[in-house]
Amino acid sequence: MELTDILFYVFAALTLGCGVLVIVNPFSRNPVTSAMFLVLTIISMAGLFVLLHAFFLAAVQILVYAGAVIVLFLFVIMLLDLKEEARRKIKIYGFVAGLLSVGSILALFFENLGSTPLDASTPAVEGTTEALGKLLFTGYVLPFEVVSVLLLVAMIGVILLSRKNLE
Amino acid sequence: MHVGLEHYLTVSFLLFALGMLGVIMRRNLIVIYMSLELMLNAANLALVAFSRFNNKLDGQVLVFFIITVAAAEVSVGLALIVALYRRRQSAHVEDLTGMKL
Repeated sequence: MELTDILFYVFAALTLGCGVLVIVNPFSRNPVTSAMFLVLTIISMAGLFVLLHAFFLAAVQILVYAGAVIVLFLFVIMLLDLKEEARRKIKIYGFVAGLLSVGSILALFFENLGSTPLDASTPAVEGTTEALGKLLFTGYVLPFEVVSVLLLVAMIGVILLSRKNLE
Repeated sequence: MHVGLEHYLTVSFLLFALGMLGVIMRRNLIVIYMSLELMLNAANLALVAFSRFNNKLDGQVLVFFIITVAAAEVSVGLALIVALYRRRQSAHVEDLTGMKL
């Protein structure tokens, strides 16, 4: 086994383990704990991106998700009073329904995983900043500009939504 | 055994299933939002893996856009949750039954 293979298993186990702890943490029902484990999930996923040679996306993942999105989550958790969460139990029928639907969708996924021809020849693509930037500003200029408009719309929407008297 | 596309896809599937389980099972709006982020990240991982093993960079550009849109979505969604909490004093889906007949 090569070093990258061992690293893949380490990062995959970290991603999935911390993902489980985001959703069902047996020790704490506090949303802050969930947010912290979400940070760990995202950082180990950035490790998986590095293993897939997507270096720019790994950096963006850490900057945008761990740096901005989680901070936003923590701010909102701080604003709301979520003490009540600890007292509420997870409903057993919700758990059973969740397991049933998730099990069926996983069965669907894995059935298709076995039947599709996997083109795992010799991967040579490198997700460096230069290559990604070149593609972004040649073939994907229009989506790039549209996304900038989307961010402006989101910004104005958030300012409107967080006014004191929302009418 | 050499790590190939199917290994990454398996991780992506399991992560998506985890996020979906969280959306169905949990009752706190903020934790549901975090589970949605997990599902988006699972899709990102699948896209990057496909991009790597098909020798095309387009998948990674799509992931870049998904991250941008997810950031916008999170900001608007959390603002909505805060506005909702101001009016109802609760962030639980069980208490938000205003549109129930």
